[in-house]
Amino acid sequence: MITVTVRFFAGHRDIVGRAEAQYTLTEGTTLGQLWEQLIAEYPRLAGYTGRLLFAVNQQFAQPATVLSDGDEVAFIPPVSGGRSDDV
Amino acid sequence: MIEPFVITTEPLDPAPLVAAVQTPDDGAVVTFSGVVRNQFGGRPTAFLVYEAYAEMAVPVLRQIADEARARWPIGRVCVHHRVGRLEIGETAVLVVVAAPHRAAAFAAAAYIMDRIKEIAPIWKQEHWADGTAEWRE
Repeated sequence: MITVTVRFFAGHRDIVGRAEAQYTLTEGTTLGQLWEQLIAEYPRLAGYTGRLLFAVNQQFAQPATVLSDGDEVAFIPPVSGGRSDDV
Repeated sequence: MIEPFVITTEPLDPAPLVAAVQTPDDGAVVTFSGVVRNQFGGRPTAFLVYEAYAEMAVPVLRQIADEARARWPIGRVCVHHRVGRLEIGETAVLVVVAAPHRAAAFAAAAYIMDRIKEIAPIWKQEHWADGTAEWRE
């Protein structure tokens, strides 16, 4: 088993109710699979699927990335929704 | 000594950044200030709260500046982004780009700001004048 820390920001933190959490996962778990697990736990996160960025240890990563023990994972909600009329 | 890429709760001042980027090779320094506005889509805003994943945002700002440098002949770049509660009229972000010529400086500054809004892990919570709030996402 591996343990990873998940950081929650902005709208995600509001849904989850905390800024970070530890998850114990089976070896070989991918970022995408962890996201699915989070959606099962917090169904309101489902609306973010397909419009979020993934990061592992402060680097952008892909859903297929396999997690390692001690990783810091962040699911990054949309930054600005790509609005060009903003700021 | 001005750090080029910064996330801070302190008010932003463009003058030290302009001084920090300018070298004798540069004929142009472009400063973009992103400022808190009093409304969005006609709905009155009370104030904004910005939040960042700071440990990641600083390297991402550096990456974005490198992307701009790969596209245009520019010199030094500074990007400072404020977080926390910001009142209307306060500066949320400064993008300062020096270059030998103005076309590259303008283009790079616009590109950097667009990319910040695409990928930098920095979020904005709009607090409306009616007392409600929402993350812009």
